[in-house]
Amino acid sequence: MEELIIEAGRTEKNYWRDLWRYRELFYFLAWRDLLVRYKQTVVGVAWSVIRPLLTMLVLTVVFGKLGKMPSGGVPYPILVLCGMLPWQFFSTALSESGNSLVTNSNMISKVYFPRMVVPAGSVITSFVDFLITVIILAGMMVWYRFVPSVHVVALPLFVLMAFAASFGAGLWIAALMVEYRDFRFVVPFIVQFGLYVSPVGYLSSRVSDLYGDPCRLLYSLNPMVGVIDGFRWSVLGGEQQLYLPGFCISLVGVVLLLVTGIWYFRKTERTFADVI
Amino acid sequence: MSDTVIHVENLSKRYVIGHQRSKEDGFRHVIEDAVRAPFKWLKSRQDRQKRTREEFWALKDVSFEVKRGEVIGIIGRNGAGKSTLLKILSRITEPTSGRIRIKGRVASLLEVGTGFHPELTGRENIFLNGAILGMSKVEIKRKFDDIVAFSEIEKFLDTPVKRYSSGMYVRLAFAVAAHLEPEILIVDEVLAVGDAEFQKKCLGKMESVAGREGRTVLFVSHQIAAVTRLCRNVLWLDGGRPKEYGRADLICSHYLANGSSTSAKREWMNGSPAPGNEWVRLRNVDVRVNGEIDSQVNIDQPVEIHVDYEVLREGKVLIPNIHLFAEDGTLIFIAHDWHSGWRTRPKSPGRYKTIFTIPGNFFSEGRITVKVATSTYQPFEVHFEESDAVAFTVVESAKNETSRGDFAGHLPGIVRPLIATQTEIVS
Repeated sequence: MEELIIEAGRTEKNYWRDLWRYRELFYFLAWRDLLVRYKQTVVGVAWSVIRPLLTMLVLTVVFGKLGKMPSGGVPYPILVLCGMLPWQFFSTALSESGNSLVTNSNMISKVYFPRMVVPAGSVITSFVDFLITVIILAGMMVWYRFVPSVHVVALPLFVLMAFAASFGAGLWIAALMVEYRDFRFVVPFIVQFGLYVSPVGYLSSRVSDLYGDPCRLLYSLNPMVGVIDGFRWSVLGGEQQLYLPGFCISLVGVVLLLVTGIWYFRKTERTFADVI
Repeated sequence: MSDTVIHVENLSKRYVIGHQRSKEDGFRHVIEDAVRAPFKWLKSRQDRQKRTREEFWALKDVSFEVKRGEVIGIIGRNGAGKSTLLKILSRITEPTSGRIRIKGRVASLLEVGTGFHPELTGRENIFLNGAILGMSKVEIKRKFDDIVAFSEIEKFLDTPVKRYSSGMYVRLAFAVAAHLEPEILIVDEVLAVGDAEFQKKCLGKMESVAGREGRTVLFVSHQIAAVTRLCRNVLWLDGGRPKEYGRADLICSHYLANGSSTSAKREWMNGSPAPGNEWVRLRNVDVRVNGEIDSQVNIDQPVEIHVDYEVLREGKVLIPNIHLFAEDGTLIFIAHDWHSGWRTRPKSPGRYKTIFTIPGNFFSEGRITVKVATSTYQPFEVHFEESDAVAFTVVESAKNETSRGDFAGHLPGIVRPLIATQTEIVS
């Protein structure tokens, strides 16, 4: 029979195995969040279609029509939707997983399970929204008779990148939120601000057009820049060039976010039950 | 040795209080501290140490062992460290020092219904709760019918649990947890909820888990009656430290006796201020079971109270009497020495001893305190009256025939006689 040893700072050993053993919990938590989400609403699941559609409309009008931003020969709604796809995934995952530990605090302080399951479950829930938006995008492409480029085969890689960025940032916020509820106010700010500092409503090439390449490198420090550029490159193809130096910086940023996120979460999770 | 499933060595858990600031303005302090850090060196070292030393040991040097199939009770007053111990054992929080070795899967019922979502139906919550407690989907599916049957909520399986009565909620929650089949089950206060019928069912389930299925149970409860009945050994925690560990009935009676200095024997030597007056003085009082002085009485055993006194002057009819009080201060009864031929006969100087015998199957479980007095009734005069002279604890660990029968829960009432009953088929 397996022997378990509990000691100060000793929980590490079986962590990843435990995480695997509790893999069904990911599914159940995501399933619960989805089931509960639209209970007692009138419009129900339609919300997950209405929200991205309206956002797309606003962004198209503001950036495309009023701001008259260049679209690189792509219908502006599709351009916007392509940027919104990873951005909305990132922002909902960030706010949901950021709050996840605190909203599930009764579970944290009463039952043992690998804590990472909770924010991960929230990221998975957000991914369902992401898939719904993908369907909207596909619909829009049919509407505009837009044929995606061959680069689209690389899309899963960028989805993975979006996943890593969301999970990494979500872990940071979730762990910080346990002790510092300040992040409850910081997260909406990041989400609001991020919409403008990420190339959601416009093309990131616009930055180098206006301020030159060094500025674009600086801009790429925002990991979501690389993710969004990657999405546009693989879906829209054509004239969309992947700005490699910038992309690499973003990629490094994403990896860093994920690794440090896991590190910080693991470091602090042992005291979650005491602090929460 | 191979049979030891839980091995706890010098376990300690420290909480730092004062360091944990109020939740809403937390981050500001971190920024403040970061800004102030360079200036901190200007402050004296001692000053800083003082600030961080507000610590509190919830557990200190706790060691014990549990063998396979044992049911261990953990008792103690509020804040004694019981919950902290269970939290460490179930890996919710980690110890500050010491180590625990556990063989087998641990499941904890620290609070039933953890992770229940009010909007979800009973059926959905069974799956969710099962997964949180560590069951796989296949496992839950296999036990689903048993869980539903145990919880008695078949009709409401597809109703959101927010519409459940609290009783139904608890029944469902306990049912899920009870079917977990861990090697080690940790139970905390689940029996405080639910009606008597369901409590009995839960206790029965725990007994079968421990007995027939050979699993180990750690049981925390304030219901000492349930602890003595279910557990063979008990760990008594006091202020984070283990106070006593051993046989359940023994430790429980010590626990109940704790807090009052009254014991089974009280003696007043010559010259010491013994209760009394110029007529009579109390010398010795003790509680005996089977002729031996004992502070612990099994519910079906007769108890003798020996009152030893010295008559100093001749001329009064002296009637010793005892008053017995339950834990909550209720007077159970008063007994006088009416029948021994001394009812009308004055006692001449000398030592006397009066023995009161109370039959078995009379008291309810708990601590009984005895007041001893001696009076004269014609005319009425009280010569002395000694409250809390002695005390003893009535426990029920016997498997003998008692009025409890098969009921395992809390049985209220001040006395618990074994009543003769007879049932006949009338038609």
